[in-house]
Amino acid sequence: MITVMRPGPLTTIQDIGRPGYAHLGVPRSGALDQPALRRANALVGNEFGAAGLETTLLGCALRFEVTAVVAITGAEAVVRVDKQPVSTAAAFEVPAGAVLDIGRAQRGVRSYLAVAGGIDVEPVLGSRSTDTLSGLGPPKLADGMTLPIGAGSSSPPPNISEKSGVPDSGELVLGVRLGPRDDWFEAAGLFAEAYAISPLSNRVGCRLAGSALTRTQAGELPSEGVVLGAVQVPADGQPLIFLADHPTTGGYPVIGVVDDVTPLAQARPGSTVRFRAID
Amino acid sequence: MRLRPVGCSALLIECHDGAEVSAWRAELWRRREAGELRFLDIVPGATTILLDGVEPAAAALLADWPAPPAVSATDGRLVEIRTTFAGEDLADVAARWGVSSLVAAERLAATPLTVAFCGFAPGFAYLSGLPEEWAVPRLAAPRPRVPAGSVGIAGSYVGIYPASSPGGWRLVGKTDQKLFDVREDPPAFLPPGTRVRLVAA
Repeated sequence: MITVMRPGPLTTIQDIGRPGYAHLGVPRSGALDQPALRRANALVGNEFGAAGLETTLLGCALRFEVTAVVAITGAEAVVRVDKQPVSTAAAFEVPAGAVLDIGRAQRGVRSYLAVAGGIDVEPVLGSRSTDTLSGLGPPKLADGMTLPIGAGSSSPPPNISEKSGVPDSGELVLGVRLGPRDDWFEAAGLFAEAYAISPLSNRVGCRLAGSALTRTQAGELPSEGVVLGAVQVPADGQPLIFLADHPTTGGYPVIGVVDDVTPLAQARPGSTVRFRAID
Repeated sequence: MRLRPVGCSALLIECHDGAEVSAWRAELWRRREAGELRFLDIVPGATTILLDGVEPAAAALLADWPAPPAVSATDGRLVEIRTTFAGEDLADVAARWGVSSLVAAERLAATPLTVAFCGFAPGFAYLSGLPEEWAVPRLAAPRPRVPAGSVGIAGSYVGIYPASSPGGWRLVGKTDQKLFDVREDPPAFLPPGTRVRLVAA
């Protein structure tokens, strides 16, 4: 069992989410940086879809009531066990009673912690992910909360050298395929200038600020299904890229779809994004 | 029907109207159950169906299919929802319809409704069936909190809030019916295609 000593501003339990329920209005949710969670799970010998923790900017601190093997990936941060810095290049053991502290993200935004056996809270619709939009799944971490650890897996931790998936600071270039509603806009405007990532971004969507996109078609779009990575353009013309906790349907036109939203999981507010057209 | 690509792994089927959406939804669901195509999600909208998690060959395959048969008015599970017609906006809706609140309530109870699609929140169903001339605009300013079980109208859709949330629908009634339960399969009481009658409680 794990006891939460310092929850951080938003630390949630995440796995691969709950696909298959979008027609009932249930968001998919799941870790924003899936490759990072997968790597962490691989390092401790878990199945790739085991539930881990996702921190936001300021990390968290946890006391392990039993000895456990953990791995930490994603954002670069100083990690300490009982105040002693440890390397996160590989999985490591946290002794019973020790406090693991994931520090402030120095590069990137979200750290992922996997523990051998996985975080074993009750799944909801097949997933242990916290969905910040609908409220499904376990609550976000809070002071004193306890988290059960699953039965240890039998496969020994493989010797994987962890490669940081955190993009270099500077401009992020996102591949976007236009459509389905690019004909509602002067779509070339999307590629004209860079956008800044707004501090209002969250697990639902990455809000961008920059030159407003111009509509060529007035009127309201009847609600339609939306996908992960959809670039939705509300009335103010500032694009919003849907992330894991996005609503299942939306009434604002989607100008294009980003092919890989993973870098946005680690993109800090204020950093810039540019779009590149892909076929 | 027209197909539009959505990113690299999804397709949007554009339909002429809700009836064509229903026909495609039923057809796609049937073909998926039969193992003819794999989609992660089949998500109906007002005049579209999104197929998310499709194989690259899906577009060519879909384009070759004949138009699906229309869904008949008696297809789909029929549920009755006991409703108290005393919503905060019932008088306002009645005035827009040019009738008394009593007649407005009778109209709502007499109109067969069908779940066109879900969205906004888990288990929130958009019920079609009201004629276009009864459409009412959303509230100019949404209420910060609408209680669970509130029955509202927006445009020509009827909707019932599964959980309390902010909301801009004009409220005409209230029900105790539970609309979303993660222990049920399916978890939503009103999946797309369900036929609904509002019955005066």
